Amino acid sequence: MTKTRCFLLLAGWAASVVLTAQSTSQTPPAKPQQPSELELTISGEPGTPPHFAVPDFIVADGNDAETVALGQTIGEVLWDDLAFEREFDLIPRDTYSTIPVARSFAEVPFERWRELGADGVVIGFVRRNGDTVTIQVRLFNVRRGQSAFAREYSGPRSNPRFFAHTIADELHEQQRGLRGVARTKLTFSSDRDGERMAGPTRQREVKEIYVSDYDGANQRRVTVTRSLNIFPVWSADGRAIAYTSYRRGFPDLYVSNIYQGTPPEAPARGTERVHNWLGAWSPDGSRIAFTSNRDGNPELYVMNRDGGGVRRLTNHPSIDTTPTWSPGGNEVAFTSDRSGSPQIYVVSADGLGSPRRITSESYADRPTWSPAPYNEIAYAGRTGRYFDIKIYEVASGITRQVTFGEGSNESPAFAPHGRHLAFTSTRRGRSQVFVVGRDGRGLKQLTTAGANFTPNWSR
Amino acid sequence: MTSRPVRIKIALACALTVLLAMTANGCTKKPPVARPTPPPPDTSIITDVPPPPPPPPVSPGGERQPGGETAADRLTPDVDLGSRSLDELNRDSPLQPVFFGFDSSEVSPSGQTTLTANADVLRRYPSWVVTIEGHCDERGTAEYNLALGERRALAARAYLVSLGIAGDRLRTVSYGKEFPFDPGHTEDAYGKNRRAHFVITAR
Repeated sequence: MTKTRCFLLLAGWAASVVLTAQSTSQTPPAKPQQPSELELTISGEPGTPPHFAVPDFIVADGNDAETVALGQTIGEVLWDDLAFEREFDLIPRDTYSTIPVARSFAEVPFERWRELGADGVVIGFVRRNGDTVTIQVRLFNVRRGQSAFAREYSGPRSNPRFFAHTIADELHEQQRGLRGVARTKLTFSSDRDGERMAGPTRQREVKEIYVSDYDGANQRRVTVTRSLNIFPVWSADGRAIAYTSYRRGFPDLYVSNIYQGTPPEAPARGTERVHNWLGAWSPDGSRIAFTSNRDGNPELYVMNRDGGGVRRLTNHPSIDTTPTWSPGGNEVAFTSDRSGSPQIYVVSADGLGSPRRITSESYADRPTWSPAPYNEIAYAGRTGRYFDIKIYEVASGITRQVTFGEGSNESPAFAPHGRHLAFTSTRRGRSQVFVVGRDGRGLKQLTTAGANFTPNWSR
Repeated sequence: MTSRPVRIKIALACALTVLLAMTANGCTKKPPVARPTPPPPDTSIITDVPPPPPPPPVSPGGERQPGGETAADRLTPDVDLGSRSLDELNRDSPLQPVFFGFDSSEVSPSGQTTLTANADVLRRYPSWVVTIEGHCDERGTAEYNLALGERRALAARAYLVSLGIAGDRLRTVSYGKEFPFDPGHTEDAYGKNRRAHFVITAR
């Protein structure tokens, strides 16, 4: 984690309170005054989450429009990030307008924030220095008028959302011990470019691989093959995406190191006859499970990341496809129609023993195993004409439903902490990427351009 | 990890030459790989189909025969297909698609009739190489349908091989539900989209 933050240059500003963002220790922020009495965790009324306010970040000196806009963006995005995890009850931003803007951390009008019902308020100051900005942020306990969280960050002003995401993750960590996902990414495939294949299949639309922030911002294309590129999945380290591409005319697995200029690798070594698709990384990133026709029928295989050590995982005349690894990497769930219809099965990752069936749907596919500590398998199960997202709890064998018949809901993918799912839905027309809490609450649409498919969430 | 927005370079290195399977040069290699036993040809149907008539003399006007009752009739060439370009051949293909039931990759009796007629065409033009595309309707999931389309293409291929067509003339590729032939959402459209589709890739 820590290395990823290296572009945030941390200043040792102000002798008092700067906690470097690179510190992974659990040490609470140092406070010179009254250290022994400090209460760092803000709570609300018993049984309810604390109410937080997140006003615009304040421009410390001057008021050039760009920096003002940057402070506003950080406030908005931080509010959204905190609201997303539902650990705090966020007070709507449009109710803050009558509260005076603090000139410094010493002049926060706590009385006014208390009147608004806030238990905590996040106050931030922005200083622009050429192309970089320095952000100072504190979370105050409104009742006590004390700072419960204080950090300083500096970095390029080109991506204010990243400051907000970093603050959100560190605030969740410090206040709730929660490993937030505000800096994680999604990948998905999209036909938004409207490009067509060349050759005899020229009337066919291509799909390309896209990445975006976890909240759908900054959607960018990462493949340019004018071919079908589908089923992208992040590597464990978030530096590479494995996906299925028809760039050579047949489906094969490719691994693109998207932050480097290197050509993609094709570790499964497909040929015109041997096709490989639907890769799934093991949790430690060392292996990839995938579907292949190499033995004359769709079966599951596991290989090392470099393509070595290929092992066959299933051996059945029916279809075996769509693998997903258990959090410990010792089991693989997959889809098979060996019972007559597609159902989800679990088998040990060495392929030994008989797969055990876990679903009794009319049609089930795309199992996706949650990360620890949850031990759940989400999948798309047919309910009537279309599909809904369901979650099978491995320990209890209980299945619950997350979506309920609005459009077709398919291809679930867990967030790295297991609290949310990305999936596709046709509830508002064409297939789009949505996210929802594992309890089915907090639905949010992330894509609108073209049609978008098979999201996957970075670790 | 994932967070280096400033550094994000979209790696276009993967940017690549699009190699199209469909245009892939045909005169290649590849021994047939081991397959599950192909469905045995239904002999009652085979014997019902008359042996292919010799190609009629080319009539310059190239008038088509009126559509017959069976696929084999329709496929009876009345022009020398050997003189057509790949584009022309695929636009008005002498190789008819084979249709499948929902979630099935079993070649039906009518599918067997179609494949028998396609085998006749392939015997008549022994230099042709075809790619058999497996397609599915939109009702299943994208993931599973890729395997189902593969099974359909493999089933059609196995049947043609059982009729004596050399395996190295028959490639397969599954497109799952990615490219429906009929974009509709009716049973009729679904039926058209559950198919093995033949593309001539070399002649």
